[in-house]
Amino acid sequence: MASFTGRFFSVGIQPRYENRELLNQCYKIGYLSFPLVGLTSFIMGLVLTMQLRPSLVDYGVESQLPVMVGLAIVREIGPVITALIFAGKIGSSIGAELGSMKVTEQIDAMTVSGIKPYKYLVATRVLATTLMLPLLTILGDGISLFGAYLGVNIRSVTSIDLFFLQVFKSLDFSDVLPAIIKTLFFGFAVGIVGCYKGFSSSKGTQGVGVSANSAVVLSSVMIFVIDLLAVQITELLGLN
Amino acid sequence: MEPKNKKPIIVIKDLVKSFGDKVILDGFNLTVERGTNVVILGKSGSGKSVLIKCIIGLLTPESGAIFVNEDNITALSEDELDETRTKIGFLFQSNALYDSMTIRENLEFPLLRHWVDITREEVDRLVSEALENVDLLHTIDMMPSELSGGMLKRVALARTMILRPEIILYDEPTTGLDPVTSREIENLILKLQEKNHTSSIIISHDMNCVKNTADVVVLLLEGKSYAQGSFEELAQSTDKNIKQFFD
Repeated sequence: MASFTGRFFSVGIQPRYENRELLNQCYKIGYLSFPLVGLTSFIMGLVLTMQLRPSLVDYGVESQLPVMVGLAIVREIGPVITALIFAGKIGSSIGAELGSMKVTEQIDAMTVSGIKPYKYLVATRVLATTLMLPLLTILGDGISLFGAYLGVNIRSVTSIDLFFLQVFKSLDFSDVLPAIIKTLFFGFAVGIVGCYKGFSSSKGTQGVGVSANSAVVLSSVMIFVIDLLAVQITELLGLN
Repeated sequence: MEPKNKKPIIVIKDLVKSFGDKVILDGFNLTVERGTNVVILGKSGSGKSVLIKCIIGLLTPESGAIFVNEDNITALSEDELDETRTKIGFLFQSNALYDSMTIRENLEFPLLRHWVDITREEVDRLVSEALENVDLLHTIDMMPSELSGGMLKRVALARTMILRPEIILYDEPTTGLDPVTSREIENLILKLQEKNHTSSIIISHDMNCVKNTADVVVLLLEGKSYAQGSFEELAQSTDKNIKQFFD
């Protein structure tokens, strides 16, 4: 896995670039994932608000609900939940697609015609997941906050201006930037794990299923490990 | 027909390849002369496919040397090997067409990556010509899933030929096809060889294919080249290991 990842920085970034395939993957990985990410983010924002409200009411700080929800979504829940959903949808899809290409000798067919399959199949997918996940997270956070706004309005009346003013007032640079930066690493992990599992798929259809499944499991675990490391690093840098 | 230049194009010396404790190729030797079709005959699991995968560099042998046009491919760097691979076509038993691409895209794929200065018109012309050679021009915008087994084999053959290779390696080209389609593929192999002056190594179990396509037949037994000769010479052999294939 380490040498497979290392090849991304040697073979993967050498010219000639597969720009057309990169755009195609960005469309499939980013644009086509948006409805799922949007829906789950909306529900997450709504549910989170409804769950938090009783506790805040008990402590008499209900007015802080937009601040609490905003911080939770932007700093932690938004990036991690979006990445996990992304791992489920895209990690499994990459693992299954490349696994299937492997067992039907399509990857070998590229190799024997003198084309580097790593460059065409892996570099493009890993770059697309790395670039698309931060964008999806930003969009997901926005939708999630809108869900939270509706959640706040279920039991009280707050204008959208006031809600978002409170949220943005409570957020600063050190809340947003580390959260977005870590999604670059989440995206890289989902892409590289999916490709690795696909490329190391064993013969047969069962192997393809195993690749898809293990791609999701391993990339989900890696998301939590990277998240843990990110928290430690932001603390060390005094950004918490 | 042009006289054949009998200079060797592939020379394999003492090739050894094993998987775990199982030795598949055990000091295999072979010389393929330019312009000839060599058919490798052997039982299932005898290492025929392993041999051609070693020649194209998909598998790395433990020892021995494989010279293709005097380049020892076992000693080439990855980039040098990729360059050599453009001179070798490989027809997979499973065809291995890219199933997410149309037939046109399948054929364009190697062209656009190796002939970087090629114009769009030239690509279209070469793709059309390759498909015309296999009588499948009408499938150009179809997906591989829409074609029959025989058509897939012919498209795969067109893709194999598109970079104008000097050598073609065929992995069981007629396996799984009906006798009529098999005969069509055999004729196509011969037609394309005559047209492009290629040299070939053909892996086959199909004795009709062996008879129709082979200039030289090599019997692979216990990892070694057990016997070598024309189809007629081997067919007349009294050796029981050879006879079992011709009876």
